[in-house]
Amino acid sequence: MSKEWEPRIVAFFCTWCTYTAADLAGISRMTYAPNARIVRVMCSGRIDPQFVLKAFADGADGVLIGGCHPGDCHYQAGNYKALRRYTLLKRLITELGIEPERLRLEWISASEGDRVQKVMNEMAETIRKLGPLRLERPLSQPLPDTERGAVPLTVSGRGL
Amino acid sequence: MSKPKVGFYWCASCGGCEEAVVDLAEDVLKVVEAVDIVFWPVALDFKRSDVEAMKDGELAVCFVNGAIRTSEQEEMAELLRKKSQLLIAFGSCSHLGGIPGLANLWDRQAIFDYVYKEAPSVTNPEGVVPQEQTKLGSNGYALTLPSFRDSVRTLDQTVEVDYYLPGCPPPVKLIVNAVTAILENKLPPKGTVLAPDKALCEECPRKPTKPDKLALKELKRPHQTLIDPEKCLLAQGLLCLGPATRSGCGAPCVSANMPCTGCLGPTSRVKDYGAKALSAIASLIDSEDEKEIAALMEQIVDPVGTFYRYSLPASLLHRRVRSRQTRTGGASA
Ligand code: SF4
Ligand code: SF4
Repeated sequence: MSKEWEPRIVAFFCTWCTYTAADLAGISRMTYAPNARIVRVMCSGRIDPQFVLKAFADGADGVLIGGCHPGDCHYQAGNYKALRRYTLLKRLITELGIEPERLRLEWISASEGDRVQKVMNEMAETIRKLGPLRLERPLSQPLPDTERGAVPLTVSGRGL
Repeated sequence: MSKPKVGFYWCASCGGCEEAVVDLAEDVLKVVEAVDIVFWPVALDFKRSDVEAMKDGELAVCFVNGAIRTSEQEEMAELLRKKSQLLIAFGSCSHLGGIPGLANLWDRQAIFDYVYKEAPSVTNPEGVVPQEQTKLGSNGYALTLPSFRDSVRTLDQTVEVDYYLPGCPPPVKLIVNAVTAILENKLPPKGTVLAPDKALCEECPRKPTKPDKLALKELKRPHQTLIDPEKCLLAQGLLCLGPATRSGCGAPCVSANMPCTGCLGPTSRVKDYGAKALSAIASLIDSEDEKEIAALMEQIVDPVGTFYRYSLPASLLHRRVRSRQTRTGGASA
């Protein structure tokens, strides 16, 4: 690799709260880590768990989900839906060997530009510490055999 | 005119898909009348060399069941691809990775360590594990075994596939429809899954009792409750994956009080079955409280085994991500 590795983060922000807050952070000329590509969605409830896995599969090292605070969803309950999916998805990715810190959910209202700044910085820092998420690709090629030195893998503490 | 030639082959599979062919019962006679079965290792004595001797495209169609785990299965998949005009992935393992695909939670080393050394039923003080090559002392002759790959793959992650017959095993009705479509030359576009593109709920006998809006306060497993034989299973708090699963099976499991576990895989608009099924179930949980939600989700004991029971290799992540320390053998990409 010629360039030094930088964390790649995909951020799904709802248009009514967190995206507006990111806009506010920009207008207020706040500086924060430039590692996230923001994808604007209408509601955090629109974020299909497939989007998150697709982001990881296509090279994201971390995924951030931003929605309105509980009770503040523009569509009443979309953020609760996001919370329920996120809770289960986090368990699923952990069992699939992805550190849970790589997926984060934050409630950020339209006026909290400073919170966008703080969360973006923290997330970049967390991912930097974890290092790149290296998925083995492509599976369509026969994978090299593991010959030696491997530690048996466990799923959430259970042995094979 | 000579009859079209047909082959059946099995890779990493349990034999259930072969059984499904037998389940055709008297319909199998119609098939035998219309085609010439020229390769079917489980039932007829043909060898790999017989296939190698065929012209390219000589088989009109070949049905391959089972996932791809070893180098030998890769070679057979490639060989059969070359010799067949139509290659059909038969059953969940071939289509999505299936139950053997759950082995992608581990890797070769972990599997060998457990199976040959650590399992409670194993006595192996010398730690002998199968070798890909064994030289016989006296004449230097080498015996070989296929190489066991780190990951399980679907058939279409190995060679090009024309159609998919989903299910664990594929339902008889779908097999008959597929064979008829092939014989009458009425096949849909290449790459199609040969089953209806609707969710199982649509053909479920319990559908009338499925509420428009489900709100679950509890998730139960079948052994934890007395199941009402008529009411929608999800409405009874049982984790039924019917809403996320393709129909075409006739809902035999659901009719027998067993929640659907998703063997037919997703409909065509879904890329990752497990993520979609997870999404469908999580959305139905009736709580807005973070702690309560987490507690309710804990009732799903094994999320990967529940949502990816038949489809881990076909999922967006394909397998469990291994920490870099446990990877050897140049997995740098
Ligand atoms: S959720 Fe299950 S039981 Fe209910 S209608 Fe769908 S398939 Fe039938
Ligand atoms: S009900 Fe579900 S698990 Fe049972 S055969 Fe149909 S798709 Fe497969």
